[in-house]
Amino acid sequence: MATSKPRTSSFSRNLATVPSSTPGLKYGPNGTIFISSGIPDLDKILGGGFPLGSLVMVMEDAEAPHHMLLLRNFMSQGLVHKQPLLYASPSKDPKGFLGTLPTPGSSKDDKSRDRDPENENGLRIAWQYKKYFGDNQHHFDSNRDVKHEYCHDFDLRKPLEKHFISGQHIDCVSILDSPNLAALRDCCATFLAQFSRNDSSISSAGRIAIQSFCAPQCKYSNMEWDMLSFIRSLRSMVRSSNAVAVVTFPPSLLSPSFSRRWQHMADTLLSVRAILDEDKEMAKLLTGYQDMVGLLNVHKVAHINTQVPVILDATTFSIKLQKRRFLVLESLNQAPIDCSSGTSYGTSASCSGSSKTGTLDF
Amino acid sequence: MDQRAPNLLDEALGLVDEEKTKPWPLSSRVVLVEDRVETSGAFVLHHLLKRALSPHSSNDVVVFLAFSQPFSHYDRILRKLGCNLTAQRENNRFFFLDLLMSEFPDGDEGNNDGLVALYGKIEKVVSTSFQENKKCITIVIDDFSLMEVAANGATNYVLDFLRYCRTLTSAFGCSLVVLNHEDIYSSIERPALILQMEYLADILIKAEPLATGLATDVHGQLTVLNKEIQDGQGSSRNKICNFHFRVKENGVEYFYPGSKT
Repeated sequence: MATSKPRTSSFSRNLATVPSSTPGLKYGPNGTIFISSGIPDLDKILGGGFPLGSLVMVMEDAEAPHHMLLLRNFMSQGLVHKQPLLYASPSKDPKGFLGTLPTPGSSKDDKSRDRDPENENGLRIAWQYKKYFGDNQHHFDSNRDVKHEYCHDFDLRKPLEKHFISGQHIDCVSILDSPNLAALRDCCATFLAQFSRNDSSISSAGRIAIQSFCAPQCKYSNMEWDMLSFIRSLRSMVRSSNAVAVVTFPPSLLSPSFSRRWQHMADTLLSVRAILDEDKEMAKLLTGYQDMVGLLNVHKVAHINTQVPVILDATTFSIKLQKRRFLVLESLNQAPIDCSSGTSYGTSASCSGSSKTGTLDF
Repeated sequence: MDQRAPNLLDEALGLVDEEKTKPWPLSSRVVLVEDRVETSGAFVLHHLLKRALSPHSSNDVVVFLAFSQPFSHYDRILRKLGCNLTAQRENNRFFFLDLLMSEFPDGDEGNNDGLVALYGKIEKVVSTSFQENKKCITIVIDDFSLMEVAANGATNYVLDFLRYCRTLTSAFGCSLVVLNHEDIYSSIERPALILQMEYLADILIKAEPLATGLATDVHGQLTVLNKEIQDGQGSSRNKICNFHFRVKENGVEYFYPGSKT
């Protein structure tokens, strides 16, 4: 049966211009465009960064402020790339938070951190397992001499230079006293309207950072369905714009069912946990325990425009502050097992070798 | 590549039909797809969409209620699976209702935006298609938990909507496919909503992670419960299948545990 219209091909050329002039954007697979999270290791783990149009949720640990590290780097990265920012927090004066944002570290500090095995000149090991690393290593050019970097290493001890903050499009909203979420919803809608997605080239990307969304001091914090409805509308608005929204919340303050609903809404779901200062069991299990500030778990990674889930090799990472300045995420390394406590498996004939079971025996 | 090559999911659903003599096996049936945060069941919807819009017959119509993702998302995914949603939409075989920003406040029966009006729209499309001799109509809802949020938690309101949609399956022989997240309800003391949906469903497809965690080779396991299959001797029985799956860009591999080559 003939149709009057010519059959459109299922292939279409991607007509958006290459963002070579916009250093804050990077092309990803399936037509997604990434912006950096502000933490180089996190970008690497997530396969490029946060895709535009996605909602990132960070589950806080009520006992530690590590989510603030993620938020600060996210916001600073946006300001350095001149991407407009909307920041909402339950404090009376959210603008004050801008003074705590870190500044990009100078590039000569980066050379000593370069752990990329390709660049280790003097060390050539017969490392045959490189072929199993997979594709996500290749996304990154290790060319750090590029003037406008996609992701900066932020120095958490130095505040962001004034010229990044003044004259920038930054909206700060306090959600402490608002009785409902209508005002915040309108703020977000107005902000996101400037980044609405159409097929022409992208001028800029927007960032929304909402801190401690269900904090108990906010008046709306017991209106569970209203908060959920706000997150749904934020997600839908962000979907159709060139922006990324990062929302942090303490899941312990929500009922389990609602916490699950929030987790399902997120495209990228992270959680941060505190580490006790003195935990002898942990210290025995992991190397470098003393340097760890906390743990970061990646529960879900955004996969927009594709049905293939992103499965990571490791989902738990330790948060460390290198030189007490730079935020670094490392995969956990198990400490060498102390073999002196039981009989070794080699000398015993039976399957269960050691007479004394340690915590790592299985 | 033979796009009609049957796989374990098709066999479990009864979609394997060499002679094409039987009508669409999902007609007049309600399919509930359940998933969790760790394992998404959206690929089952994409698979059913592709099967429903297969090019061998022009009698198929799909009404898609999208609460979760915009059209561009499904378009890109189905394109890689070999189905052109844009063309199907233009040919009036694929009706996409973008409900991402819609709200359905309870009790607002007077205005045009409530669930009653939404049901009216669906019913009109279904009955018109039925009169045009398009017998295989599928209604897909992605996903039901977001519909609850849109209705601000009015569970009875959305359940009524679901029951009304179910009447369409018996009146017009269409099939109803709904996606919901099972782990939201498992932590409530009396998970009435999910139990009612499981009761209403004729086919239950559950996507779960493996007990041993996540892996790159096996993305999870699928359990398909097919109620009341006629097994040819006049009696009916339930059939349960369980197998593993791996999701790829151009399709999904299904295999029995341990048989991944």
